[in-house]
Amino acid sequence: MLKFLVRRLTLGVAVMWVVATAVFILYFIAPHDVARTLAGKQSTERVIQLIRHRLGLDKPITEQYLDYLNRLLHGDLGYSYVNSMPVVNVIKEDLPITASVAFGGAILWLLIGVSAGVLAATRPRSFLDRTVTAFALFFYSMPVFLLGQLFLLLLFFRLTMAGFDIFPGGGYVPFAASPGEWLRHLILPWFTVALVSASTYARLTRGSMLEVLGEDYIRTARSKGLRERRVIYRHGLRAGMSPVVTQFGIDLGTLLGGVILTETVFGLPGLGQQIVTSISDGDLPVIMGLVLLASGFIVLANIVVDALYAVLDPRVRLT
Amino acid sequence: MQLLTVEDLKVSFPTPDGVVEAVRGVSFSVDRGKTLGIVGESGSGKSVATQTIVGLNPGGKVSGQARFEGRDLLTMGRDELRRLRGAEIGMIFQDPLSSLHPYYRVGWQIMEMIRNHTDMTKRQARQRAIELLELVRIPQPHRRVDDYPFQFSGGMRQRAMIAMALALNPKLLIADEPTTALDVTVQAQIMELMQRLQDEFDIAIILITHDLGVVADVADEVLVMYAGKPMEVADRRSLYYRPHHPYTVGLLESLPRPTNKGQRLKPITGQPPSLIHPPQGCPFHPRCPYVMDRCVSEMPPLDDADGGVAGHRSACWLPSDIAGASPELDAQRLDVAQRNRTAVAAAPEGGAR
Repeated sequence: MLKFLVRRLTLGVAVMWVVATAVFILYFIAPHDVARTLAGKQSTERVIQLIRHRLGLDKPITEQYLDYLNRLLHGDLGYSYVNSMPVVNVIKEDLPITASVAFGGAILWLLIGVSAGVLAATRPRSFLDRTVTAFALFFYSMPVFLLGQLFLLLLFFRLTMAGFDIFPGGGYVPFAASPGEWLRHLILPWFTVALVSASTYARLTRGSMLEVLGEDYIRTARSKGLRERRVIYRHGLRAGMSPVVTQFGIDLGTLLGGVILTETVFGLPGLGQQIVTSISDGDLPVIMGLVLLASGFIVLANIVVDALYAVLDPRVRLT
Repeated sequence: MQLLTVEDLKVSFPTPDGVVEAVRGVSFSVDRGKTLGIVGESGSGKSVATQTIVGLNPGGKVSGQARFEGRDLLTMGRDELRRLRGAEIGMIFQDPLSSLHPYYRVGWQIMEMIRNHTDMTKRQARQRAIELLELVRIPQPHRRVDDYPFQFSGGMRQRAMIAMALALNPKLLIADEPTTALDVTVQAQIMELMQRLQDEFDIAIILITHDLGVVADVADEVLVMYAGKPMEVADRRSLYYRPHHPYTVGLLESLPRPTNKGQRLKPITGQPPSLIHPPQGCPFHPRCPYVMDRCVSEMPPLDDADGGVAGHRSACWLPSDIAGASPELDAQRLDVAQRNRTAVAAAPEGGAR
């Protein structure tokens, strides 16, 4: 296990270095001159040269590259001139919001998807099975922004108009400020993120469980006189989770970017919105920082998922 | 009273293609310390029959009776039957690798069985699991108890399955093709182990197999099934030395034997029939070399055969005193068949021996 972690973390660092280098190159081929932008339209060539010198942009590229790597290693992602603060602070401000939306949504979709899938698989072709399938297809074909808008229309607007002020129309309250409000503000975004993904997981779990429940060891479990619940959850689900974990690994990696739409619909000032504004403002340091953050997250998610395989299946050896 | 008495068991399954009549009226019984062998090809209904009795075949339409110590397994509540499974009726299956859960330790799986039916603590159950592994002769059981099934060899896995099935001293063990997936040498060890444990704990065994060679060594009584019906029932000796039903004769002749060295094996030609539309009359008639007019229209009853040897019964229209496998007897059978056959219902091609 330790050997595995060391190996994968080393590999992860290598991947991050490649990403960092790619981002650095991007910075130079991007069609815009930072110094000129900073100096403003009225400035003279001398001012621009001064700014260039102060930012170290007149140094040779190799020197700049090494400086950049050095700063990265010290956790310095640069300075956002648009936000007038270090990129690290921008991320620190927005990450809790995105993490709240993403992880809450992920937990919710796992719960909904897996339990719906198990229910459907244990009663194949029943009314319940068909209902689950119908709902899964419905939400699967539903774009996130449409579902979010529908939630806003029906559960925020209509309900509030009718006098039931249960769901807010957007915004974010930090958990530390008020856990209850935090929850209240996140319920609709969570369901928006979760329902679309949950349908995939319901279908996946159903298929996997149907296969597993036909296995010989399930018959053995029944022949031992175990209760059906135990047969399904202890013996069936444990084995049926492998494809779900695989899928979760993929989804977890893309999750940070995946909540952009949800954040936009519900006016949550998270990383997703930050990405959108940074791109339109040309705020390169923030874009670079976010790309690095997202890559790091994908690398980490992959390691976690691979380790999870070994936890699930003793036959998997981590090397 | 016998430990288990099954009477006129019928099982059918509705499928999109029609109703599959998997078992069509089978009766058998087995007592403590005895072994009943059920023999038949794939699809003869032997596994379905036994799995239905213990409630492992939900979804089928079942009729008949299966009295276990006087209680009917087919009508008792699901929970009551569940409590019997494992505790009173142990089961082992064909492929010991796929029958053990790949994700759990062997010892854990045995402990689960014990703790499911008793109040033993984890420590006690673990101790018992180690004892059981020792009983089935797993080397270093105190260490092997923490192994996963994939760390066991095929024979060891089946031993572990047997240990698990016998964990609670059941009265009946249903062994569904227990040696089919194993090497011949390991097969012999497993059969030997089962017999030793049977003698030690006075267990009744139902041994399901397609291999007459396996039951030859161990079964007290043998039931031959075909297309969901009983074809012949007899004690082992009578069945082997004086088989009456042409299907049993065919099965015996298709076994490789040292006396047939250098000769080709004699297969039974043709395929087992569809169970959605089983043939009229005797289900074996399309493949029988001795088919007579009567066989096509009328199912023969399971009647005394072998000239009245006790308990030897066969479902065949051939005279009850022609029993055994030899070229002379085959000629006698053919002779009878020809005299009772119009030209239309000729013997199947290549079926004549």
